[in-house]
Amino acid sequence: MPTIKTEALTHVYSRGSPFEQTALENVTMEIARGEFVGLIGRTGSGKSTFVQHLNGLLPPTGGRVLLDGADINADKKRRREARFRVGLVFQYPEYQLFEETVYRDIAFGPRNMKLSGREIGERVREAARFVGVPETLFDKSPLELSGGQKRRVAIAGVIAMRPEALILDEPTAGLDPEGCASILRNIAAYRRATGATVLLVSHSMEDVARIAERLVVFDGGHIVMDGSPAQVFSQAEALRAIGLDVPVVTEIAARLHALGVVVPACCYTVPQLRNAVLALRGGAADA
Amino acid sequence: MLKDITLGQYFPGESFIHRLDPRTKLLCTVLYIAALFMAKFFISYALMLFLLVFSVAVTGIRPSAFLRGLKPLLLIIIFTAVLNVFYARGGTQLFSWWVFTITTEGLKTAFFMVLRIMLLICGTFLLTYTTTPMALTDGLELIMNPLKKLRVPVHEFAMMMSIALRFIPTLIEEADKITSAQKARGANFETGRLTERVKALLPLLVPLFVSAFRRADELAVAMEARCYRGGEGRTRMKKLCMGARDFLTIAGFSVLLAGIAVLSSLGL
Repeated sequence: MPTIKTEALTHVYSRGSPFEQTALENVTMEIARGEFVGLIGRTGSGKSTFVQHLNGLLPPTGGRVLLDGADINADKKRRREARFRVGLVFQYPEYQLFEETVYRDIAFGPRNMKLSGREIGERVREAARFVGVPETLFDKSPLELSGGQKRRVAIAGVIAMRPEALILDEPTAGLDPEGCASILRNIAAYRRATGATVLLVSHSMEDVARIAERLVVFDGGHIVMDGSPAQVFSQAEALRAIGLDVPVVTEIAARLHALGVVVPACCYTVPQLRNAVLALRGGAADA
Repeated sequence: MLKDITLGQYFPGESFIHRLDPRTKLLCTVLYIAALFMAKFFISYALMLFLLVFSVAVTGIRPSAFLRGLKPLLLIIIFTAVLNVFYARGGTQLFSWWVFTITTEGLKTAFFMVLRIMLLICGTFLLTYTTTPMALTDGLELIMNPLKKLRVPVHEFAMMMSIALRFIPTLIEEADKITSAQKARGANFETGRLTERVKALLPLLVPLFVSAFRRADELAVAMEARCYRGGEGRTRMKKLCMGARDFLTIAGFSVLLAGIAVLSSLGL
């Protein structure tokens, strides 16, 4: 049973003006409950436009978006409900912070859901825990925090709504390597704890290779590949043709393979390659 | 929603009018407006209308773009028309009830007034639709250059104007983005009582101001890093230069102004 499904989704920007631009064309896709999907594609491939349809922010020019089989654009109430069920963290979400304190900012979403004060407090603390924001920061102004902390607070603001599906648009953009790794760990931990569907939009192959279970590749408003990371990263040439690349680890494995070292050609994480190399050495020692 | 604002929207093109020097276009717009205020009767107005329709046809911009621009001013146009219908006296009386009297003169004045306003607006649209905001401020700066002798900071004004114009689309885009982000957190900008709606704007305005200040700061640093010190001794990469077509156009419009002056003195 898929939670989110798009049927022939099409979106045209500035229709009827000289700047008309088709951002999505006939995108049909299913995302099952609890899936961890990585959405990759270069800038302008339509991935950001696509995710803004999933919670009803953008009305489709053509096609439908179904949430548990019901059209989310059927009426206003449905669309609003979809906003809470499908949480969307925008690119550079720290620019949306506005409240006087960190606590109030994280509480903005739950407050809009008209929850009770106690319930809100519970959710804020839970969300802050997931993204690693200590409670000592709750009374600070969000504008005083460092860039990485602001980003965490902003992500917590969406997680606090306890969405069934969490979509993150480039959550690691502009962060240092440690910040990236830690945010990705937080997201993975959140999913393990809640069983939520997670959709990670990125143009960093390293990021998605590290945690996604399924990869969907966008190019020119279409889905051009859809499969497991191993399947997608085995098509290195096709990926390069659309301006993407494979993770460095996959590249190393491929070169080793070409040199006659018998490792599987499509390792895409460091542990995989390490194990393959160790197994090889072990094998050689045995012989 | 915010993207619908057509403030000085530029329609890219390669027409004769697009390629005119911005100073020429500014000057001709002024001449056209002056002629418009001198025009008195059918022949003059017909000439002005023909000129506008002809120019629009030359630019290749869809006429609907001009009509769409008129829409927000519809109320003012209707108001002017109604006021003129009842206000003007003279001519044959057509209708009278209580203090309301409609005369042929009133109808005529109202008709010309509405035509005048519409031509005025469309004429200025012609300028902004075919000239990039940057070219427009450059042109303005050069036209106002003589004022520098009077110690008017012309360059600084022009720079402020180009920066403001440059950032309008950026800020609109930013506002759209923040609106979407807050909507994703369940913010409701569309319904509710007035006080609620004003309050609902806070999540949009605070981040927008923060980002505007941040951008201003970054821009100032970037300008200083490139040794910007104001207009003195500053040269341009794209020097505006007037060609034969510019002088011809200006001459044409001057003749038009004179012609309209003659026509209206004849009462046509």
